[in-house]
Amino acid sequence: MYPIVDKKVLSENVKLLKIKAPLVAKKALPGQFIILRIDEKGERIPLTIADSDPKEGTVTIIFLEVGKTTKQLGILDVGDSLENFAGPLGLPSEVKKYGTVVCVGGGVGIAPLYPIVKALKKEGNFVISILGAKTKDLLLLESEIHASSDEFYIATDDGSKGHKGFVSDVLQQIIDKHQVDMVMAIGPIIMMKVVSNLTKKYHIKTLVSLNPIMVDGTGMCGGCRVSIDGKTKFACVDGPEFDGHKVDYDNLMLRNRRFVHAEGEACKMAGDQ
Amino acid sequence: MSVRKTKHEMPEQPPQERIKNFKEVPYGYSKEIAIEEAKRCLQCKNKPCMKGCPVEIDIPGFINFIAQGDFEKAAEVIKAKNNLPAISGRVCPYESQCEGECTLRKIGEPVGIGRLERFIADFEREKGKKPPKKPISTGKKIAVVGSGPAGLTCAGDLARMGHSVTVFEALHDPGGVLMYGIPEFRLPKAIVKSEVEYIKSLGVEINYDVVVGKSITVQELMDEFDAVFIGTGAGLPNWLNIPGENLDGVYSANEFLTRVNMMKAYRFPEYDTPVKIGKIVVTFGAGNVAMDCARTSLRLGAEKSYILYRRTEAEMPARAEEIEHARQEGVVFKLLTAPIRFIGDEKGILKEVEYLKMELGEPDDSGRRRPVPIPGSEEKLAIDTALVAIGQSPNPLIPQTMKDLKIGKHGNIITDEDGQTSVQKIFAGGDIATGAATVILAMGAGKRAARAIDAFLKKKP
Repeated sequence: MYPIVDKKVLSENVKLLKIKAPLVAKKALPGQFIILRIDEKGERIPLTIADSDPKEGTVTIIFLEVGKTTKQLGILDVGDSLENFAGPLGLPSEVKKYGTVVCVGGGVGIAPLYPIVKALKKEGNFVISILGAKTKDLLLLESEIHASSDEFYIATDDGSKGHKGFVSDVLQQIIDKHQVDMVMAIGPIIMMKVVSNLTKKYHIKTLVSLNPIMVDGTGMCGGCRVSIDGKTKFACVDGPEFDGHKVDYDNLMLRNRRFVHAEGEACKMAGDQ
Repeated sequence: MSVRKTKHEMPEQPPQERIKNFKEVPYGYSKEIAIEEAKRCLQCKNKPCMKGCPVEIDIPGFINFIAQGDFEKAAEVIKAKNNLPAISGRVCPYESQCEGECTLRKIGEPVGIGRLERFIADFEREKGKKPPKKPISTGKKIAVVGSGPAGLTCAGDLARMGHSVTVFEALHDPGGVLMYGIPEFRLPKAIVKSEVEYIKSLGVEINYDVVVGKSITVQELMDEFDAVFIGTGAGLPNWLNIPGENLDGVYSANEFLTRVNMMKAYRFPEYDTPVKIGKIVVTFGAGNVAMDCARTSLRLGAEKSYILYRRTEAEMPARAEEIEHARQEGVVFKLLTAPIRFIGDEKGILKEVEYLKMELGEPDDSGRRRPVPIPGSEEKLAIDTALVAIGQSPNPLIPQTMKDLKIGKHGNIITDEDGQTSVQKIFAGGDIATGAATVILAMGAGKRAARAIDAFLKKKP
């Protein structure tokens, strides 16, 4: 069992949980993820690691309540425990000195971006961060990421904070001003697609972190397969980060909708109880 | 008195009933039938059947006790060599192992050795298993990676030799393929759990959620333990590599079976993990896993369940019993057909498969006649779900993260007969070493490795 030792409500349906999982905490590197299962009847879901503390033996996850499992997870509190918590899984981010890097985070994708921003900064990169959300209340880890960045921008769909519009608009302005050596983008699939399309024009190396549906997370089921440059890769063992210019985003969007109907049914059942 | 030429039938659920549930298909022998079947054994002095048993059970020995009605003694004889008889008694391909060597085959059917093993295992489980006396501790510590048939067998044998054994399992349940791969109706999960409980009663500790290579490295295990056994299996699914394979509706056999078996999607929404199959399901491949997929689909409510295979029935790798069960249940075999592409609708949801008719040509490397496409024979079939069951490759996680380990060209860990790898303290066995094979061969490999590890530890100062 893996006890929840801290909980924060970041916005109406975005929650932070700090989980005691010493083995995972000891090994976790930026870019990696965990698989959790709440209880014996639960589903296994992957979540990218938002932070970890090897001394404390804790791992932080931040999630948007979208389906049955994340909603159930959101109800749990300090003192509750998770049945399973395995990781760290996947390959870590390629953290090294690139020069000037732009880190783009959208929505709940800001959470896994945070350890990468910190690590890139530590390597001596000039780090420019752009965070995007629908509205300012949905922005995560704003001050934390700001503190680890050399330049910091915000974009909101409704203009409630920062630029009114998309993160890609801000990225375009930065590309116009700076020599950008690498872009790291984590967020909704459509955001990663738009960012990749933009940077492709300028031949800027771009990494994206994919979050497809998984079951085991160890390379066994192939449910998380993604098409990279026409080749099938497993996000769980070959990723989750891939060259943003080579990802077939449309196929990923399609595959992530595979169980939408069942998810609705599961949520309805849970609501009836 | 002349010997009965045929095995006693094992009663089973009728096909039309069983496709509506996930309960085990055969009921097992009654005491009376078991004794009668045991009496068919000729008690050959040279015990040819034992040559066919990878886990070295004294087969005539336990059968003799059954014939005398002493089931407890029979259980002791089996348990002296095999810690998991309820599992091997269900999924072992006896016809090509022990029963393949039985003298009775000269006049008819062999003794139903597998059925008798299962009978004794079930008898013992219902009565309550008693663990054997604890051996004197050797003070040596061994890490076993993976709790599938190879790992459990190795762990159990080492514990009985007095070693302290810790198993590391990546998933949340023990058993590996016994849990995620083989369906409930062939191997009830309660039985797997009961066998695992027995292994634990021998003193084996099992740690879950530990992905060796990620949560902890093999090097760290080597520092902490006196020896390491790797039994991580063949978990990597093979693909057809044809267009459309990433459409919504195409699953690997592994994903489909893991959802249904380990995650219990057949009880969705009581259990959270879903699976969707629609009305028409096609399974590609003709091994035991393919039969499991096709039969599972029927139980999930598929109206049509096809097996598409590019050769003929004679070349099918599945056990005859599995093919027979599938056919009884209404699985339709489309032989000499090979898929060439999957076709989706405008939303990317699978709707058709296109395939070519084949004919058999010259034998290939495997000795089976090679299927050759017939030009212009393209046909299409409307389908909702495609299950790709054309084999698995060794799991790459440990080979990727342990550079000193010598790896074969199929991604398998290279070992000698006894499981010794290229690194002194590391042993490996089962599918990770051989590529995808059977449960009983993995158990045999676990057994030989346990003996080799014991010898290695005794040599060490």
